[in-house]
Amino acid sequence: MTKEDIKQVVLDIIADIAPDEDLSAVKSEVRLRDQLSLDSMDFLDIVMELRKKHGIEVPEADYVQLASLDSCAEYLFPKFQAKGSK
Amino acid sequence: MSSKTRIVITGIGLTAPNGNSLPEFRGNLLAGKARIAEIDVRHMGRHPAGVCDFDATKWQKRKELRNGTRVGSISIYCAREALGDSGLVWESVDKSRVGVYLGITEHGNVETENEIHNISQFGFDTKYWTHHHNPRTVANNPAGEVTMNMGITGPHYTIGAACAAGNAGLIQAAQMLQLGEVDLAFAGGVSESIHTFGIFAGFKNQGALGAHVDPTKASRPFDKNRNGIVISEGGAIYVLERLEDAQKRGARIIAEIAGWCINSDATDAVLPNPERQAECVRLALKRAGMRPQDIHIVSTHATATALGDIQECTALREVFTDCPGTYINNTKSFIGHCMGAAGALELAGNLPSFEDGWVHPTINIDELDPECALPGLVINQAVQAPRLEAILNNSFGMLGINSALIVKKYGVA
Repeated sequence: MTKEDIKQVVLDIIADIAPDEDLSAVKSEVRLRDQLSLDSMDFLDIVMELRKKHGIEVPEADYVQLASLDSCAEYLFPKFQAKGSK
Repeated sequence: MSSKTRIVITGIGLTAPNGNSLPEFRGNLLAGKARIAEIDVRHMGRHPAGVCDFDATKWQKRKELRNGTRVGSISIYCAREALGDSGLVWESVDKSRVGVYLGITEHGNVETENEIHNISQFGFDTKYWTHHHNPRTVANNPAGEVTMNMGITGPHYTIGAACAAGNAGLIQAAQMLQLGEVDLAFAGGVSESIHTFGIFAGFKNQGALGAHVDPTKASRPFDKNRNGIVISEGGAIYVLERLEDAQKRGARIIAEIAGWCINSDATDAVLPNPERQAECVRLALKRAGMRPQDIHIVSTHATATALGDIQECTALREVFTDCPGTYINNTKSFIGHCMGAAGALELAGNLPSFEDGWVHPTINIDELDPECALPGLVINQAVQAPRLEAILNNSFGMLGINSALIVKKYGVA
């Protein structure tokens, strides 16, 4: 799984948990909270969906790494590699 | 508190299995149209149930729907529709002086069952238990969702009162208005109970779950062959105000709250007690300054259980002797038992009688149970009545809670 794939994984999760948001112009380098209406419960949803759908664990101390799509990709890339996902 | 403070109804919003507005609901009650479907109940197969089909996205964003509860959604729909019906200019209402008081039979079963099912897919590992569970299951959830959706900053809470809850919500609001705690109240009852298998299983194992090959005939109070409750979802929320406030803004006054009583059997967890029910009705009449003869419609609670219907009839027979102008009906025969919403919906279905002069019937009576043969019982066909100015709305519940609420046409003595 490439870093671009990982960004899409996160976007797909956000599409589920924030269905009213327009995700067509989300900027990878900008904090998700600064461009979308997401609160702390939504970020917990992202963590839960990563766990449920992909078996990826994000410890609480690392939640800050989910700030933007770029930081998500950087942080999650080795975890997806370790899982041996495609 | 001034006992002379008069409380009036100035708006109604509802969703019932056979109607998403009062005109639609009323039309189906007068036309004798029940609406009960068969649904899949988790672990239990198919059972008759009353399902509401209101448009939840009318007043909620999709994210609100995803994060909230079904009963929260029902509550928001009903409260918003009631607001629209009231003619209030919402922008000019002081939201800190608005209260939300919603009766519930139970809350949290749906979400807890869903989460247990969810973690069962993951070997019961609780790390998969959603963080939404607590805000969804706190007992104030439905009322709290209304305040968040509408920007109400006054008090909100639910009133847990088993199946007497619809009346209890209205009574609580009337009391808070009389106390001056709020200037405006959204009050009534709500239920999402068809989404919890536990309620179905509990009634089934109690021998009290209704069934019929035709689901629309499954709920048949007072019929000799009745065999139990049809569980339904729904909600009815009223806008209540003090009379002088309603008059000041030129509101359309739908009806006036005349009196009420809530009491307790203190005898059995599930079996009703007709003596206490009769006491409850008598005390509500006394507080309203009315005689039994002054009541023109008794909206019964009867749920189509073997004993419960007879017990209520026993209580009513004792109170309503020599009352030729009193009609008796039952709305659960159309929509099943809407649990926390039952009392509020059943009252709403009868309120238009003050204007249209009709009493809707209790339907699905193929053979009247002689023990339920009450004078004035309106069977299968609506009737026109010469005088309809006061309704007594019965709602009773488990643990022996009884409620009677009297509502009268505005402007009559």
